[in-house]
Amino acid sequence: MGKKFLLEHVNVPGIETLPVYQSKGGYASVEKAIKTMTPEQLIEEVKFSDLRGRGGAGFPTGLKWSFMDKKSEKPRYLVVNADESEPGTFKDRYLMEKLPHILIEGMIVSCFALGSKTGYIYIRGEYMYIVRILEKAIDEAYKAGFLGKNILGTDFSCDIYVHPGAGAYICGEETALLESLEGKRGNPRLKPPFPAIAGLYACPTVVNNVESIAAIPTIVNITADKYNDVGIGKSAGTKLISASGHINKPGIYEIELGLPVEEFIYSDEYCGGIWKGRKLKAVVAGGSSVPILPANLILKTAKGESRLMTYESLADGGFVSGTMLGSGGFIVMDETACIVRNLWTFARFYHHESCGQCSPCREGTGWMEKVLHRIEHGHGHMEDIDLLVSVAKKIEGNTICPLGDAAAWPVASAIRHFREEFEYHVKYPEKVKDPKHFEKEPFVSESLLMNA
Amino acid sequence: MEQIQFSEDTLALVNRIIKRYPEGKQKSALLPVLHLAQSEFNGWLSAPVMDYVASILHIKPIEVYEVASFYSMYNLKPVGTCLIEVCQTGPCWLRGADDIVEHLQNKLNIKVGETSSDGMFTLKTVECLGSCGTAPMLQVGAAYHEDLTNEKVDSLLDKLRNENKRSSYMK
Repeated sequence: MGKKFLLEHVNVPGIETLPVYQSKGGYASVEKAIKTMTPEQLIEEVKFSDLRGRGGAGFPTGLKWSFMDKKSEKPRYLVVNADESEPGTFKDRYLMEKLPHILIEGMIVSCFALGSKTGYIYIRGEYMYIVRILEKAIDEAYKAGFLGKNILGTDFSCDIYVHPGAGAYICGEETALLESLEGKRGNPRLKPPFPAIAGLYACPTVVNNVESIAAIPTIVNITADKYNDVGIGKSAGTKLISASGHINKPGIYEIELGLPVEEFIYSDEYCGGIWKGRKLKAVVAGGSSVPILPANLILKTAKGESRLMTYESLADGGFVSGTMLGSGGFIVMDETACIVRNLWTFARFYHHESCGQCSPCREGTGWMEKVLHRIEHGHGHMEDIDLLVSVAKKIEGNTICPLGDAAAWPVASAIRHFREEFEYHVKYPEKVKDPKHFEKEPFVSESLLMNA
Repeated sequence: MEQIQFSEDTLALVNRIIKRYPEGKQKSALLPVLHLAQSEFNGWLSAPVMDYVASILHIKPIEVYEVASFYSMYNLKPVGTCLIEVCQTGPCWLRGADDIVEHLQNKLNIKVGETSSDGMFTLKTVECLGSCGTAPMLQVGAAYHEDLTNEKVDSLLDKLRNENKRSSYMK
């Protein structure tokens, strides 16, 4: 069993209430942080812990904190990004639903470290039932003196509010989120200035993912030294993985970074293997945006080394033969899955979610959706495959925010690794008109057959 | 015409929401207040309802329209008593979301995007709702219905029909 920093007590009855949460050591980090540490010490501690942003980008959290403009006279804000919408990702939902207090505790300590008196949780509107769970937990924290004025008798005061979004993936991008929190359309801002200088209401702001903030209490309690003992190198600590698709045991798993991918997929402690006794075909390891990898490349790197669940190992081989840990949205496909159809659903997603601000993304995502739709439905042409690659290339790197890249990478990688399957769709239009084509007759690569 | 006015309780809640944001930043309350408005005024946002929200928050109507039209949870046209939103993105598709949509279309005798002739159900497909581990799934109001089968869908439809209550994200 790996170490569990976040989910150790998740199955304790009543853990969503403050008394039970406290009986398991909850809120100890607030006392320790605000009574025995300075904000500067806390920021150093988080830096030293090697905690990296758990929303997907993997940017070092302590470093992000250190960018906060300390000379500004304006109020400073902590905003928690709970807009979890990356297809394949549902870990923040699980964490907030089961353990709301771990987020509140992490926010109080983080606000203290950042010199912020106000924290907002921006949560996707579809998670409205969790808004109520969080608000109840916040109420309890106020009554127990962990929030409000003069927390635990010190001169530190802090308020936390929950703010629901209303259905827009783009608001997971931090500057779009801030626009949305200001009551506007979720159009990402040009950077610089970065939020640490001019964020919410043009004030210094740090935006962190739910899981990143939830890791803060552990780092304070056990020290950064012990936190980064877990994991490998710059992939420190534990990570929540959302496992979905064709596996026996979909769900949320807290893993120690460094776990072999093979063990994660096949061990009964985690995914429990591929369902229905079928074979593994492909994995999207870090949410829909990251490159898809075929079975051989997700289990082993191109160099033949065992692939590990770390930022570095998953990225080994770059985009030629690697992928990214991303948000930890681990989507597994068995031999009957159609790569083209799955990709079409992703392309439709990005087209739907593009904010429309930058032409390459607004137009390009629509083109990719259309072209994939026609290939998948038996109306494609051979030149469509290179057309998709060309459109993806023209989006990538040419937009204000990373949604364009996120839309382009899955397309480019699916064609890189599964080109024959796209060609099959063009060659056999009658066969693919049945939406369940590969369930009836799994696709077998012709080149593999010839080699055999 | 019917007077558009929040109930006293809702108005009190709106004022509490406005206080979450700094003085002069009441526009921040727009998204939460639009959710309340949609819930209170028949499940959709008409132009007069949006104008009313603008007047409460002291902003221009256009500032409300441009926001309401951006976010997918706001309905700019009337919807049935129960809005059924089925997730159709990759992970749900892998676990059979298409079959659930087809079953719902047959059962309700409507296509995606339409409302049943009795005005009871509107069927909509949506993008990832963050329930990939319990796919396929659908949302009605604030409630998630997960690990769906056709049988589960049937009993849910019966339940919703019997309750005959307007679905709302706020309840």
